Amino acid sequence: MTDIFFYIFATAALAGALGVVFSRNTVNGAMCLIGTFLSMASLFVLLEAYFLAVIQVLVYAGAVMVLFLFIIMLLDVKESAAKKTSIYTWAASLIGFGILITGVVAINASESIKNKAPTMPEASGTSLKAFGYELFTTYLLPMQVTGFLLLIAMIGVIVLSKKVNTEQ
Amino acid sequence: MISLEQYIAVSSLLFAIGFFGVLFRKNTLVIYMCLELMLNAANLALIAFSRYHGGMGGNLFVFFTITVAAAEVAVGLAIIVALFRKRQTVEVEELNELKN
Repeated sequence: MTDIFFYIFATAALAGALGVVFSRNTVNGAMCLIGTFLSMASLFVLLEAYFLAVIQVLVYAGAVMVLFLFIIMLLDVKESAAKKTSIYTWAASLIGFGILITGVVAINASESIKNKAPTMPEASGTSLKAFGYELFTTYLLPMQVTGFLLLIAMIGVIVLSKKVNTEQ
Repeated sequence: MISLEQYIAVSSLLFAIGFFGVLFRKNTLVIYMCLELMLNAANLALIAFSRYHGGMGGNLFVFFTITVAAAEVAVGLAIIVALFRKRQTVEVEELNELKN
């Protein structure tokens, strides 16, 4: 039963991603991206990462995409005619894609992930309690650094969006 | 039962789509959205590995990734707005004064 859900949500995520890349209208692209993020939250649920699925919907599909739509509508960019892509871009994309395919094939071919059944320790699991416990014991320093990073980002955004008087 | 390989396949396909979007689109906002897509594809792979390995490390790493990505989006969009205010454009082809 869950297999069907996996195929549905994986297809929806891929379709949304293609919509982002191919849509000429930026707002439509942002809407497709929201669909992708929601499908990925569903995939997180299938992987039993319930807390991260909630975070995904709240932070990505909620806050980040609202910010994106806000900026898109604020700037109101006119769609320009498609320009020719340079030969270097084509070469770079082909090389990068080749490396990615090689890596994925190598990972899928390795013995350690063959026929691996999902194993999640029942005691700790993905419960919110276990999550918080790990966050405040093993990962205490990264947690505090992340908090400091958020503070820096906030100050940086305020400085960047202040109207600079160039006459002085 | 869905195997780990299938999750990796979906994740790498999403990453590839985002990668091509970054390289072939000219609008800075679309490029930025494709970057978010690539970050999310990596998150999916991390959670899948964590689930099939049986530890909490991958899940916690994704938590930190999402936090940093949120901060990154705020700063990046502020930079794009500042750029638009100065140059009245968001096309990457026209933002090339560092080239010469």
